[in-house]
Amino acid sequence: MLVLTCPYCGVAAEETELHAGGEAHLKRFGPGASDEDFTGYLFGRENPKGVHFERWLHANGCGKWFHAARCTATLELFGTYSAQLTEPPEPIRKAISAKRPGWRWREFS
Amino acid sequence: MSTRLTRAGRLIDPTRPLEFRFNGKRLRGFAGDTLASALLANDQMLVGRSFKYHRPRGIVASGAEEPNALVNMGAEGRFEPNQRATTTELFDGLSATSQNHWPSLEYDIGAINTHLARFLPAGFYYKMFIHPRPFWKHVYEPFIRQSAGLGRAPKARDADRYEHFYAHVDLLIIGGGVAGLQAALTAGRAGRRVLVIEQTPHWGGRAPVDGGEIDGQPTEAWIGDALAALSEMANVTLRNRTMGAGIYDHGYALGYERVSDHAPDGGDAPRHRLWRIRARHILSATGAIERPLSFAGNDLPGVMLAAAMRDYLVDYGVSPGDRTVVVTNNDDAYRTAIALKEAGLEVPVIADARDHATGPLAERARGMGIRVETGMGIAAVKGGKRVTGVALCAQAGEGAAREYVACDAVAMSGGWSPVVHFWSHCGGKLTWDRAGAMFRPDADHPPTGQDGLPMVTAAGAANGAMMLDACMADAVAQARLATIAAGGKARKTAPPEVECAAEQAIEPVWIMPQGAPIEARSKMWLDFQNDVKVSDVQLAAREGYESVEHTKRYTTLGMATDQGKLSNINGLAVLSDALNAEIPATGTTTFRPPYTPISLASLGGEAHGELFQPIRKTPIHDWGDANGADWEPVGLWRRAYAYPRDGETVEQAVAREVTNTRENLGLLDASTLGKIIVQGPDAGRFLDMLYTNMMSTLKPGRCRYGLMCSENGFLIDDGVVARIDDQTFLCHTTTGGAERIHGHMEEWLQTEWWDWKVYTANVTEQFAQIAVVGPNARKLLEKLGGMDVSPEALPFMAWADGQIGGFDIRAYRISFSGELSYEIAVPASQGRAFWDALMTAGQEFGVMAYGTEALHIMRAEKGFIMIGDETDGTVIPQDLGLDWAISRKKDDYLGKRAQVRSFMANPERWKLVGLETLDGSVLPDGIYAVGQGRNANGQANVIGRVTSTYHSPTLNKGIAMGLIQRGPERMGEVVEFARTDGGRIPARIVSPVFLDPEGERQNV
Repeated sequence: MLVLTCPYCGVAAEETELHAGGEAHLKRFGPGASDEDFTGYLFGRENPKGVHFERWLHANGCGKWFHAARCTATLELFGTYSAQLTEPPEPIRKAISAKRPGWRWREFS
Repeated sequence: MSTRLTRAGRLIDPTRPLEFRFNGKRLRGFAGDTLASALLANDQMLVGRSFKYHRPRGIVASGAEEPNALVNMGAEGRFEPNQRATTTELFDGLSATSQNHWPSLEYDIGAINTHLARFLPAGFYYKMFIHPRPFWKHVYEPFIRQSAGLGRAPKARDADRYEHFYAHVDLLIIGGGVAGLQAALTAGRAGRRVLVIEQTPHWGGRAPVDGGEIDGQPTEAWIGDALAALSEMANVTLRNRTMGAGIYDHGYALGYERVSDHAPDGGDAPRHRLWRIRARHILSATGAIERPLSFAGNDLPGVMLAAAMRDYLVDYGVSPGDRTVVVTNNDDAYRTAIALKEAGLEVPVIADARDHATGPLAERARGMGIRVETGMGIAAVKGGKRVTGVALCAQAGEGAAREYVACDAVAMSGGWSPVVHFWSHCGGKLTWDRAGAMFRPDADHPPTGQDGLPMVTAAGAANGAMMLDACMADAVAQARLATIAAGGKARKTAPPEVECAAEQAIEPVWIMPQGAPIEARSKMWLDFQNDVKVSDVQLAAREGYESVEHTKRYTTLGMATDQGKLSNINGLAVLSDALNAEIPATGTTTFRPPYTPISLASLGGEAHGELFQPIRKTPIHDWGDANGADWEPVGLWRRAYAYPRDGETVEQAVAREVTNTRENLGLLDASTLGKIIVQGPDAGRFLDMLYTNMMSTLKPGRCRYGLMCSENGFLIDDGVVARIDDQTFLCHTTTGGAERIHGHMEEWLQTEWWDWKVYTANVTEQFAQIAVVGPNARKLLEKLGGMDVSPEALPFMAWADGQIGGFDIRAYRISFSGELSYEIAVPASQGRAFWDALMTAGQEFGVMAYGTEALHIMRAEKGFIMIGDETDGTVIPQDLGLDWAISRKKDDYLGKRAQVRSFMANPERWKLVGLETLDGSVLPDGIYAVGQGRNANGQANVIGRVTSTYHSPTLNKGIAMGLIQRGPERMGEVVEFARTDGGRIPARIVSPVFLDPEGERQNV
């Protein structure tokens, strides 16, 4: 059972307080988008063994969505950060590089 | 025979005799006994029958690893199968029965299976029951079900109480042996918050039985001092009878405390307590488990683990036999021989498979006059329900008997395996220790926590340090690392002075003798509980099962309730040998929690009955209770299904409520309806994205019905939106959807349109809402007096704030019944008073409350859809003929892109229609419509299904709605519905609006 620190309220929350929201940093495609783009947006997901970026909701807490960067293989947590960003912030990327040199995730590294 | 010795055991109190029953027979034991030791003291060696062959089985072990001695405990609400006699503490009046036999333990019909063993090899079920196909359902499955499973599930409701404890500690120590206590001292002195849990009632593990000295005193005295020191520390908690059940992510662990199993009449204490522990670091000091040896007949009652026999002797003063042959491949079993001899019992021979035995323990045994034969093993154990003797042979040979030795017990030791479960649960890797012939924790690959650092430390025997001196040295070293990992400071300290006998190295023996023929290998048990033999694993290897995980499932090795505690290592060694591979290349199966089975009730804790879920009640709930409400759960809410009156059935009540509402006046408690305020400069823009229709153009004072879809295009909710002012909307949701839709709004606001200026608030519980429905609705409101509720002042789909009968209210002219209807919201605190005022004033207009079933029937008569009936997560608004509620002017809304995908626009989709049977009967709910022809599986082609179906009291016939392929194009056609009994029901496709299609009743 994971413990993630909510970046909004600062609580180190047990997984029972949280709700998993799938992959982070998806770009929405709406009307006019090609079938390929739309399908990718709805269904195309990374499935890495290693570094991953996820959306989490502090459901039984402050009610805010946030992002977490963690390792799917070891469950190591690299950090949590605002959900209101379109890409992982620099400090998080640095923290990952320190522990997983050469990591790649989608277009980020 | 097995018997109680005059010399008292270490753990029993001979002044406190206890009486208990086994299979109805009255027996006596002492306080401190386990059920197993008490049974042995009464010469009850035979305790059960094996699972597959119904072979007689006796007690093998003395602890949690016991595979055979599983019994039924208690009766009625306290009946529980599969309880290990070795971990069941004796209490006065205990009643246990043996399992898996018929008609009796002594004479068992199923034992004939043992003669059929040749025909029941590994994979038997897979091979045997595949053909002929039809036999599976009628012959094979009933047969297998009859013989499957150990014990019987209890039928009565559990009479006991269970609870959860939550603990947050710096260091959790699993295991209260000498290593665990040493670690607790180190971490406790460093000021860490420490929790030590020990599965047995006793502290110190098996050190007092094995002998030796720590810091110049016997281990038992050292343990006493350690406990005294620890109990002085406020930051250290000691819990015995509490087993480590499992370790999970980020330092989460479960402990399983058997609070009152040993004293079932102990007042209102819970029976079991589940400890939900969050630890910064975990130290596993769980000791080791002795392995059996694989020789023919090693499962006969009387063959026991050597250390277990020593436990019974030292701890309980029980001798399992008068003449015990010891067979071993290591020095530890010599301790058993010495202890037996010291107790005045006979040890005719120690058969040591090693080619020499020259260590101090062997020399001491020889010095006591015990005959030691090296290079020897057991060719076969003789006996039926009890050992009568063994045939000795050369370990290196093929089993030609050298000598027959009469005996009534055999003590075996195949070496020790560290309990690595808690190291492994979260991914710690193991390394094969060739010298020790064991898998032990690989310190280079520990399980890691959220910071990527080691989460678990293994110490003592659990870390492969088997001898007392090595064990204590390792405990001191690991305790320091664990204390630092738990956030404390600890200096390097010298290990305590330890005195213990040096041991000669073990020599691995996986099959005894080395070249045993197939007849012998077919009688060498690996897994006693699941009846898996050496020959089964070898057969699996020959049949191509190379992975240990596959072999496990094919042979069922290690799949029983003991999860292979005795059999895993022996089994994989045999497999490795058969595959000609190294043991580490074969590897182990996965260690999964719980360590031993824990009660399901402990997992549930207090969450049952009234505490299972919170119940949400509206402000009008008590009126319903007082007026015969038939409650139904809707989410966590309780809603009145109907309000039956004296002598009425629920069906009659529903019909009365519908008719009265249509003819006179009905009141519905609609308080559970979701109410979400959406406010801000961008509120209109936001709702335009959320609903399929245009909400930004709605005028203040007006209402609009709206549909919400997921981004995948499917309907997720519906409801009426009221515009309160320029920047404020009130969105009604379905009863079950309030929290979900509020969450949906927040998700989009927080994660996609976070720069839009919008706030949302779920105000569902702030208001009571009452639907005043029927031809007399306006008369009632006018009688109470206040605001103007005329059609001119408050037309259909308008809302207004005002006063009625002195209450501050908000009235919405909306209708889910097709009648003249006002939905009136009042502050929740006024809900009951307003309801009572309506009820009193409404008497002259024939007012009656109506429940959710009347609501459903009336909406179905009008062809209104219900989320969850007409929708199931695969239905788009277009399927329901709701195109009118989809804005064509908007560039975008959630689901818009999805709804133009080719299969969403396919004309073959099932679409909403009304359905009427030809004879007026009611169609079964969910029934499928069948078309022409059959599909590839030979089943009738399905062309639709019923989504809502009722008897309409208004029309006095069955009415239904359903989704039918090309339905709206087929008005008037008759389609057939397939009953489960093969019959067909014809029904005509009609408009889903059965009543008042022009809306004349509501627009008055």
